[in-house]
Amino acid sequence: MTVKELVEALGLTVISGATGLDKEIAGGYVSDLLSDVMGNCDAGKIWITLQTHKNVMAIASLKDLSAVILVKDLKPEPDMALQSEEEEIPVLGSSLPTFELAGKIYDLLN
Amino acid sequence: MVFEFEVQGGDFATAGNASSQIKKILKQLNVDHHDIKRIVVALYEAEVNIVAHAYKGRITANIDTSEVRILLVDEGPGIPDIELAMQQGYSTASSEVREMGFGAGMGLPNMKKNTDEMRITSIVDKGTTVELIVFINQTTS
Repeated sequence: MTVKELVEALGLTVISGATGLDKEIAGGYVSDLLSDVMGNCDAGKIWITLQTHKNVMAIASLKDLSAVILVKDLKPEPDMALQSEEEEIPVLGSSLPTFELAGKIYDLLN
Repeated sequence: MVFEFEVQGGDFATAGNASSQIKKILKQLNVDHHDIKRIVVALYEAEVNIVAHAYKGRITANIDTSEVRILLVDEGPGIPDIELAMQQGYSTASSEVREMGFGAGMGLPNMKKNTDEMRITSIVDKGTTVELIVFINQTTS
């Protein structure tokens, strides 16, 4: 499944980085601890978080993640959105809280 | 080949820039991607540690055909008890840093896990020196 297909399936908002929507999704990871993602999340996954600062994109880029999804209608800080555009890694938004969103995505990917 | 980067303490907006540059260099050099992944995890954690804890630092990456050796030297408060700092979950990060999702006490263990050798020396009130060594391109397949 591509990021674009996930967006369409769940009605997610594309906040930034739309040029990266064709990336394939290898799986998902849920964490708000950056070192946890750094140490344990694999390339190609989507990262569900409530962190909205620029360092999220630094990690998404270093780990070659496919997209970042912000829960509960959270919005990225401007420099996070900017880096998402530059790196072509989409930042997506959902109104759902983490548990519900992760459950829906898990169903779609498995 | 030797590459040097300056890191500014407290500047989270640029945290990870050196790691990102070194990742690009390693890719250009066709280093095995599993090795790149390990180096990037260890280096990013070490870089963020300078940003989160020190006043400033310098990263020197030595890359040759069989190993990547990265030296991170900072001026900062130092680490009084390195053994304690190495423990999973132990952190002295400020509450602001923790709110960003850093400071979970996972950085040093991540560095240890993703390197072949790691050496830390520190002098309190002067600074910390970290050496990260990863052997590269060892697979014979």
